Amino acid sequence: MKRRTTILSLFLGCVIAAGGFAAAGENAEVILKKIDENRVSGNKIILSEMIIHGRRGSRAIRVKSWVQGTEKSFSEYLDPPRERGTKMLKLGDQLWTYYPASDRIILIAGHMLRQSVMGSDLSYEDMMEDPRLQGNHAAAIAGEEELLGRPCRILDLEARKADAAYPRRRLWVDTERFTVLKEELFARSGKLLKTTTVESVRRFGSRWVPDRSRFKDAMKEGQGTEFVVHEIEFDADIPESLFSKAALKK
Amino acid sequence: MLTLRLALRNVLGTGIRAWLNALIISLALVVATWNQGLVSGMDEQAAQAAQAIEFGGGQYWQEKYDPFDPLTLDEAHAPLPPALQALVDDGRAAAVLVLQGSIYPRGRMRSILLKGIDPGQPILDFPTAKITADGGELPALIGGRFAKAAGLARGDSVTLRWREPGGAFNAQDAAVAHVMSTTVASIDSNQVWLPLAKLQEMARLPGEATLVVLARGTPPPPAPPGWTFRDADYLLRDLRELVKAKSYGRTIFLVIFLSLGMLAIFDTQVLAIFRRRREIGTLVALGFTRGQVIRLFTLEGALYGFLAVILGALYGLPLLWLQARAGFPVPTGTEDMGISIGERIYPAYSAGLILGIVLVSLLVTTVVSLLPTRRIARLKPTDALRGRMS
Repeated sequence: MKRRTTILSLFLGCVIAAGGFAAAGENAEVILKKIDENRVSGNKIILSEMIIHGRRGSRAIRVKSWVQGTEKSFSEYLDPPRERGTKMLKLGDQLWTYYPASDRIILIAGHMLRQSVMGSDLSYEDMMEDPRLQGNHAAAIAGEEELLGRPCRILDLEARKADAAYPRRRLWVDTERFTVLKEELFARSGKLLKTTTVESVRRFGSRWVPDRSRFKDAMKEGQGTEFVVHEIEFDADIPESLFSKAALKK
Repeated sequence: MLTLRLALRNVLGTGIRAWLNALIISLALVVATWNQGLVSGMDEQAAQAAQAIEFGGGQYWQEKYDPFDPLTLDEAHAPLPPALQALVDDGRAAAVLVLQGSIYPRGRMRSILLKGIDPGQPILDFPTAKITADGGELPALIGGRFAKAAGLARGDSVTLRWREPGGAFNAQDAAVAHVMSTTVASIDSNQVWLPLAKLQEMARLPGEATLVVLARGTPPPPAPPGWTFRDADYLLRDLRELVKAKSYGRTIFLVIFLSLGMLAIFDTQVLAIFRRRREIGTLVALGFTRGQVIRLFTLEGALYGFLAVILGALYGLPLLWLQARAGFPVPTGTEDMGISIGERIYPAYSAGLILGIVLVSLLVTTVVSLLPTRRIARLKPTDALRGRMS
């Protein structure tokens, strides 16, 4: 009788534990969905600044971007004068850049995508990455922590696609605003490769957007690259003609 | 015969001037021989080192492999075909897997090539046995130049990062097991050698390789489909081109040296014709034709070349022999010029090289001697006898 009770207790324990894990998994999926809803929007126009900290000092690049969903974007460098007029066009998984000095359009493809963008800690590939988390990753809640005074859930993500550049990542997600306040990207071996730390979050319309973040290659020394969002206009009216190679030379 | 005797007497009669001229030309000859011997020695040494350390008796390349295009490396690997696997198993070939990667010494990123090789391979003459995996940290073998450039030393731990075939990043720490000193820069610069089995495991490419190095003296079997055989001549072609290009540069020195000697002869000849115009007139009056006089003066000039060859042989041959035995210390920085040379270059002088330089200098001396004598053809014997130049 006593033995039967022990087995029953173990069984019930397993059922409860399994239910708990399933609920946690479901919560993680819900969190991913809400992050995507907050992060991915229709049309938007962004005025941003990338501050690249190098060994010989820092330099800031101001960029204006026109974004349509996750597939199309057009960016124009406004400052410094040396970079002014440089434009980038992303259509799906293809990326072109236009350099006014040479008046040439160059397709950034293959291994060129792995190169750093303007000497920053970001690669073209990082910029081209599909921002949607749900569907691309399996997620699990790993804990809770407070960041920037906000309650956060820690999510461990594992890429579902074998060709994902980062097989594993860890996110710190504000559970009320569903913004990612910190992200760590890992190699398959578990070695930390890159970190993104959000330093402040601002409300633009109905959305919370990290307006100052710092990207850092974890294996390199230095202060990394800051990304500052000055303005965002959501649901902006963007002409379709902007997302064409012809627009690069205009 | 009379002309030759006369010419020899005239030349020796000038005394110290003749020997000074001969000395200058002999210096040019010896320096030119040494210079060309140095290039030949460099070529020979580099070819031998490259074959012993890198190329072996030829290589089988996976069809997508292009050593000059690192971007092809992601796809330039395939499972070893049975024919090549049999060669490797027999110890007559060594498989090498090459991948692109990055290394982070002192927090700075460097692009490198990760190369996997069997630590027990008997084909290539560099210390691969030092990376025998013992179950501890991943052992890495690097070259002295790379160690210096990256600030690494034996025992240092360094993070390696690479891409898996699908594109996913992977990274692992490795310990520098040995820093090798090698004369072949192409197995040193920005390269990290790892045990083949470990690299195959790390890259998720079990049993795959990029190239297979054949042992020297092994007859190459036909290349299996998907693989191309590159023989030693093909692999050494660039090296030979590089040495050739460098020898062109050295030829300029040869030309400068010879020109100085020839200038001395030309000057001597012009002066001789001016000062010996009465003698020319007398010779013509005695029945010498203009052609015979020209021949006499040309022969006198050419004799300086002969004297130079004799003089050069007297002091040059022992010097060149000593240099060939002792070698020439390679100046600092030469290691970066892309040729596999050791700490000393041993010049190599072939009979063809010495004979070639002697013949060229004799020919040039004769031509230079002939040029000023054309004036004799226009000389009137009566004017010459009076000491006038017409």
